Amino acid sequence: MSCKNIIIQAGLADCPRKSRWPARLDLLQSSTGLILGLFMWGHMFFVASILFGKDAMWTITKLFEGFFFFGKSHPGLVSCVVGFVVVVFVLHALMAVRKFPINYRQWRTVRAHAKAMKHEDSTLWVWQVYTGFLLFFFASAHLYQMFVWPQNIGPYASADRVWSDSLWPFYLVMLLAVELHGGIGLYRLAVKWGWPNASRQKLKKVKWALTGFFLILGLATLAAYMKIGYEHRASVGERFTPDWVLEKDLSAGHHGDSL
Amino acid sequence: MSGNNNITRPQHRQLRFQVLRYDPATPAVPPRMQAYQIEEADGMTLFIALNEIREHLDPTLQFDFVCRAGICGSCAMMINGRPRLACRTLVRDLPDEITLAPLPFFELIKDLSVNTGKWMRGMSERLQTWLHTQEGAPEADIRRIEERMEPELAEQIYELDRCLECGCCVAACGTAQMREDFVGAVGFGKVARFRLDPRDSRTDEDFYELIGDDTGVFGCMSLLACHDVCPKSLPLQTQIAFLRRKMAVMGLKGAS
Repeated sequence: MSCKNIIIQAGLADCPRKSRWPARLDLLQSSTGLILGLFMWGHMFFVASILFGKDAMWTITKLFEGFFFFGKSHPGLVSCVVGFVVVVFVLHALMAVRKFPINYRQWRTVRAHAKAMKHEDSTLWVWQVYTGFLLFFFASAHLYQMFVWPQNIGPYASADRVWSDSLWPFYLVMLLAVELHGGIGLYRLAVKWGWPNASRQKLKKVKWALTGFFLILGLATLAAYMKIGYEHRASVGERFTPDWVLEKDLSAGHHGDSL
Repeated sequence: MSGNNNITRPQHRQLRFQVLRYDPATPAVPPRMQAYQIEEADGMTLFIALNEIREHLDPTLQFDFVCRAGICGSCAMMINGRPRLACRTLVRDLPDEITLAPLPFFELIKDLSVNTGKWMRGMSERLQTWLHTQEGAPEADIRRIEERMEPELAEQIYELDRCLECGCCVAACGTAQMREDFVGAVGFGKVARFRLDPRDSRTDEDFYELIGDDTGVFGCMSLLACHDVCPKSLPLQTQIAFLRRKMAVMGLKGAS
């Protein structure tokens, strides 16, 4: 056992100076939360490109796969981004779980407290705990899927997953959890660090407006994938390729699937 | 002059109280809610209502008060689930049903009476909430005239010094309810006050030793009920955020 561990075990870790790690861990919790919150919003815009049509979503997908830079799709690039998000997600979960109620007494107390107080920010925190707990499972499953099968992102592939693979209830729950958790979290970051220096009423208004906007956008997007998936249920596995690409490929002697 | 029979007295409400009764000295009797009913009076505060109950309905009901003017902070209690000062709460702002309970977190004496002083003293000793002057410093010599202070700075210090230590912020804090060793907003307010004071020789490094961990400023989850219930409307939200930024900088600077 190292000397350091012997000192920590003896309860003397903070002698004579307090450890600087609590400060760093607090910064890590906030910064990973900020990255995930902003990623969540950006991600929603990319996914919502389906609302502009299959061509738009295909273009965004291929953009991330590097198709327009290398002339060929590299789904591995998506796995790299997912890998980075996994690291940030795990770090954030590790930091955030420190704040969870850790036994029945704490849970009973904080729940009764939030109910009796009828204080919005305290109640929002309880919701952050509920949704954060859900995301341990839902976000992990989603990230694993995207990391291992990045090639299965596209207008038909995603829609088949939503409808034919029956994942729409999964995405519905995750959408609600992630939008509530992220929106509340970003609001809390602002009041926690005092930036932007606006009144809480104003920050909360912006927060609810953004949460409402992204929830509506998310629900509309999910509905669009469900519709496409339903219409495409007879041809599961087929990949979408825009007509203009097919025409270009046919004239060049390629087949669309090889993209 | 004939009597004017047209004068109508305003109809006063019947206020129904549900008060949590418990005496730690007789633990065999479990905590229970006791009902009282009194008639509302003009300008009645909750403090007056409680005295009415004690005087006319139940002399055994125990609660604290000293100043009756929102200065001493003794009469803080949970009023319909939120901590407030009884003497500063007008019953006309409350519904017909009023639930009263002692402040959580603090040692219960009996019924609505809690020992906030014991915890406040412990907090004060833990955070060393007094001026620290270096030996030989001009401030340490009580025969000298004090150094001049800019009125704006004096105002800022005075603003934080208005804290009553009533305990409302701690009773409203979700973090403190879960973690008994949490410093609480009252403690952060004190640290912020001494950090502002140029007569105090302590640096951020010294303050980090007091609040630089999860029982201190990094444990605060920014639920901000402390800020919302403070009877003196102290700027607790901005002070805690400010301390958090300063202590985070210490974390980045430090070596261990």
